[in-house]
Amino acid sequence: MSFKLSRFATTLAIGASLLTATVAKADDETIKVGVLHSLSGTMAISETTLKDAMLMLIEEQNKKGGVLGKKLEPVVVDPASNWPLFAEKARELIDVNKVSAVFGAWTSVSRKSVLPVFEELNSILFYPVQYEGEESQRNVFYTGAAPNQQAIPAVDYLMKEEAVERWVLAGTDYVYPRTTNKILEAYLQAKGVAKEDIMISYTPFGHSDWQTIVSDIKSFGSAGKKTAVVSTINGDANVPFYKELGNQGIKAEDIPVVAFSVGEEELAGLDTSPLVGHLAAWNYFQSVDADINAEFVTAWRAYTKNPKRVTNDPMEAHFIGFNMWVKAVEKAGTTDADAVIDAMIGIAVPNLSGGYSAMMPNHHITKPVLIGEIQEDGQFEIVYETPGLVPGDAWSDFLPDSAKLISDWRAPMSCGNFNTETKLCGGKGTN
Amino acid sequence: MLNLRILIVAIALTFCSSISAIAHHDDLNAHITALAKGGLKDRAKQVDHLLKTGDPKIIPVLEHLADGTLFMQKADRAVVLTEKNGKKYTTTDPLTGERKTDIAKGALKKIKTNNSLRRKINEGLNLFSLSSADPAVRLDAAQSLLKTRTETALAFINVSIEKETVEEVKTAMKNVQAVLRLSIGKDTAERLAALETIAQMGGREALPILAQISDDPNPYIVARAAKIEATILKELKLWDSLQNVWYGLSLGSVLLLASIGLAITFGVMGVINMAHGEMVMIGAYSAYVAQQVVLALSPTLVGYSLVLALPLAFLTAGTIGFVMERGIIRFLYGRPLETLLATWGVSLFLQQTVRTVFGPTNQEVANPDWMSGALAVGEISLTWNRIWILLFAAAVFVFLFFLLKKTRMGLQMRAVTQNRSMASSMGIKTPWVDAFTFALGSGIAGIAGVALSQIGNVSPNLGQTYIIDSFMVVVFGGVGNLWGTLIGALSLGIANKFIEPFSGAVLAKIMVLTFIILFIQKRPRGLFALKGRAVEQ
Repeated sequence: MSFKLSRFATTLAIGASLLTATVAKADDETIKVGVLHSLSGTMAISETTLKDAMLMLIEEQNKKGGVLGKKLEPVVVDPASNWPLFAEKARELIDVNKVSAVFGAWTSVSRKSVLPVFEELNSILFYPVQYEGEESQRNVFYTGAAPNQQAIPAVDYLMKEEAVERWVLAGTDYVYPRTTNKILEAYLQAKGVAKEDIMISYTPFGHSDWQTIVSDIKSFGSAGKKTAVVSTINGDANVPFYKELGNQGIKAEDIPVVAFSVGEEELAGLDTSPLVGHLAAWNYFQSVDADINAEFVTAWRAYTKNPKRVTNDPMEAHFIGFNMWVKAVEKAGTTDADAVIDAMIGIAVPNLSGGYSAMMPNHHITKPVLIGEIQEDGQFEIVYETPGLVPGDAWSDFLPDSAKLISDWRAPMSCGNFNTETKLCGGKGTN
Repeated sequence: MLNLRILIVAIALTFCSSISAIAHHDDLNAHITALAKGGLKDRAKQVDHLLKTGDPKIIPVLEHLADGTLFMQKADRAVVLTEKNGKKYTTTDPLTGERKTDIAKGALKKIKTNNSLRRKINEGLNLFSLSSADPAVRLDAAQSLLKTRTETALAFINVSIEKETVEEVKTAMKNVQAVLRLSIGKDTAERLAALETIAQMGGREALPILAQISDDPNPYIVARAAKIEATILKELKLWDSLQNVWYGLSLGSVLLLASIGLAITFGVMGVINMAHGEMVMIGAYSAYVAQQVVLALSPTLVGYSLVLALPLAFLTAGTIGFVMERGIIRFLYGRPLETLLATWGVSLFLQQTVRTVFGPTNQEVANPDWMSGALAVGEISLTWNRIWILLFAAAVFVFLFFLLKKTRMGLQMRAVTQNRSMASSMGIKTPWVDAFTFALGSGIAGIAGVALSQIGNVSPNLGQTYIIDSFMVVVFGGVGNLWGTLIGALSLGIANKFIEPFSGAVLAKIMVLTFIILFIQKRPRGLFALKGRAVEQ
């Protein structure tokens, strides 16, 4: 017995020493990159894909020789769609795992939850999802679209090409739709749309019974003016919404719906034949006709071993963000957060639509805006593309409070919310 | 001599017309080839040209363009109509209709369209459809002209009405005629007559037409239009409340389906089963698996995969329920808090298992044809999937009711839940009855999942959307009473749908929840409380 026990102890000791040895070795020779995406819970549906995309990007970079002569090592944690857990896991990544940068978060509330952690521990977060704007933080790089890179061009398109005069702003009840709709309402009114021609409707998360709202939209649309729906409906609620639209016979030619949260991934769970012609606005579609995109799609399908796997906009945002970070680290010659943050501004890397995206002083990037129509195969046909790149605007020009704020993280200003009227830093919100 | 001259003229005329026919054919061909060039704006111009020719030969080209099946062959830049044929495309010449070879997708380039182009094409093709041989097509054309109000259609309509023989189509055409006369006519008497036709037509379609002439310079027209509008709105209000009742019933039937399994596991057995939602989710995934299996065996029968899905879902969810009861729950009877935590753990476990096996993204469960679209009754449209779900919920309820009241198994279940020790003394194997009751509840939740896969997502989170609602219904209706669950589900559904139009979906949900909290304060046992000694224990 005692012999057995001692042998067990020896094995354990050897095992432990081996373990520490590998850890120590890893510390010396790799650069750690944190991946903070929910792999369980409600948001797993969207975020798991991004985790896989990050792992693929890191693997590819390692094949090219890593960064600064060192291999990259991904550290994946699961915040389980639990907002406070996001902050804990972020702290764990930075404090315990000593990662050089973190790629992660999806919902705005999870981003808000980790902001103080990144500020306190002075690390770097790349946030890949379109969001409501009204924020610019020193430690965060926003590679998704700000409202002026998605919502405003989409509304412009409908006004010009479809001559829409009446608007339904339908969204899920949380911060992104509420802020976006506030901006859109102000924008539409500035364009001369009357108040009674705008209908705003919010629904709870995961809303599944759309009968009343769809029939409301139908009757709102029968006022003799061309009507469109601008949808900020999030996540799972979209499938029953589109099913109801299809069943109640609302066609895109009559009342088009333009969505900001519906991409290739969301359509994968849906029979899209009744939805042909409904629109989405993004900065990237899988159907973009560019060589770099074809390569990316092929690589992604090979990596996931699924020949039908689709790509989407937030994946492209991570592609851009990751390459920017690699370039900034190489430029700075170190992974030290302060040096990399300074080096990031002005970095330009290829995006997947065949052009270049650049990091701007307000920590947002330049992107083209694409409008696509849903096709029967679940892909988008691009029907409009902005002539040039659109720079992301952290503070919307259409909200009176934030119109006077600008963000510039270059010295000497180094401020995320500089008030151009009072000439003071710290105008509104988080900095 | 005279004859000869006529003959010469006739020959010359035929010759000329054949030349012009050739020229016309070339002209069409040029415009069709040009469809593949330039951007959407250029394409719109070509479509205008084609429509202007008025030649019915262009119909297939434009139809294919609108459907997204018009392609350009990369090799010779020719525009072809295509039809998917396995992995290849069968191509057809746009004008002659001559069938060509099968071509791989890579050799073709799709000619893009967008909504405004599709609208333009449909408007143009409607004029052709007015003279179609099929009355259904004519009716369709007339009805969509009512929406598009294409002004150039008036001349066509005037001709078509004379020739029309089917009464229903004729009425539809007359309505279009009235609408167009109203908007482009000049004569007040004629326009007023047109207004009367529109008043007779009534309904929601009349509203946009009336709204458009609300700033007409003619005061008679405006006054009459306003009056008609008021009448229609009054009528619509009545329809609206009917519609709310229907929506409420249909939401109620969904709630009933979601909660009826829980009415057994929680209601009859008293187990706080947090994994109930996951049983529903597993049922929905069974529908997905059944669909994939049928798709692999015989793609034509895929519409009937739901028939296979029902027993599959019942057995899968039932088996899992059975294992759960035998493995976990039976050790925890009488300890509600532990049961709650244990079943919650099971729910997380099941969710993550499904996520690992099927992936975190939504799976597509297609609606069969007989469950798509809507049935129009007066001014409201009843969607077929909701109608079927309502019927299905009723069937499940009747089945369960019969099972509990009229079968030996049901008798034993009721005996065990009412007085365990007495039932045991009578020779009933109570542990097995417990296990089968729990399996039954889980199985019923499973078949509910099949139905719910038709209206919502099939994702690992599906169960969580329904679990709160299910508990709400069972507690409100009265624990341990199937009738309570039925009445509870329907009344909550209807209440929700009557509040929603005024308050919005978010507030409606909150208000219903608040109401239930207050109600439970007043009647802790819900709507239909069980009475008797068993309850007091």
